[in-house]
Amino acid sequence: GLGPFPGAAMDLFGDLRRMNKRQLYYQVLNFAMIVSSALMIWKGLIVITGSESPIVVVLSGSMEPAFHRGDLLFLTNFHDDPIRAGEIVVFKVEGRDIPIVHRVIKIHEKENGNIKFLTKGDNNEVDDRGLYKEGQNWLEKKDVVGRARGFLPYVGMVTIIMNDYPKFKYALLAVMGAYVLLKRES
Amino acid sequence: FRKNVEDFTGPRERSDLGFITFDITADILNEKSYLEIIFDWNVKQLFLYLSAEYSTKNNALNQVVLWDKIMLRGDNPRLFLKDMKSKYFFFDDGNGLKGNRNITLTLSWNVVPNAGILPLVTGSGHVSVPFPDTYETTKSY
Repeated sequence: GLGPFPGAAMDLFGDLRRMNKRQLYYQVLNFAMIVSSALMIWKGLIVITGSESPIVVVLSGSMEPAFHRGDLLFLTNFHDDPIRAGEIVVFKVEGRDIPIVHRVIKIHEKENGNIKFLTKGDNNEVDDRGLYKEGQNWLEKKDVVGRARGFLPYVGMVTIIMNDYPKFKYALLAVMGAYVLLKRES
Repeated sequence: FRKNVEDFTGPRERSDLGFITFDITADILNEKSYLEIIFDWNVKQLFLYLSAEYSTKNNALNQVVLWDKIMLRGDNPRLFLKDMKSKYFFFDDGNGLKGNRNITLTLSWNVVPNAGILPLVTGSGHVSVPFPDTYETTKSY
């Protein structure tokens, strides 16, 4: 007869066919609930931290040896938090989507609170002026995504792998989807 | 001493450029107990930096990092440096260094853990430095 693996696959499809419509709807709703909860937690984090992206993955080695590619950073972006020299900020250059994690090395703040500042990666020889927009010499508060408050090493590697190898991402999603849809609460 | 030089690293106007030499003597200790050394099991490294803080007519608050150093776990947490030159150019945003009597130099550090919170600590003890009223024209750095 057939070997064990094809037998298991047949069982799976057998399960799917045997599930009547009601069970299928139930499983789909279950799945939707899990996704909604995850989204709510993420939105909640955005509100609590004040940052549009409270968790970021370090993408380059420009802050080594403190942070390496794949490390995870936790950010806050409270409006009243002043920007001071030495802080690690995550910022986006106007018009670009990629967040950059570097250290503030110079600030000039006016009495009314208007601040302009310069950043540099610990591992870079020169400051970030080359990364800013054409003609832009300083960053402003509006460019800041958040201040780095905590960090976990390696954990963000999953995101980088999924970005670099999209097939891995689809495979992972397929496995997750199959698990949720077929899992029975007995 | 100071020069008034075109700031070739940034905006194309003439700004004050300051030159500072300094000595650092420091003991980096744990916040909670002043006797314990700061390098415990969860401290991967310290990022030390010397910053100059001052006010000018143009800007109420200015901070410029003059020098930094990475100290890894295992390095000696005592610093005894003499006659150091600043690593980075000390350009002001304008001409606020001339005659500025009160530039405060402070040593601070960023504790980088193996995992967890990233605190910024400022050392106790700082130095106030005045800049002279005139520009230096010929001295080379």
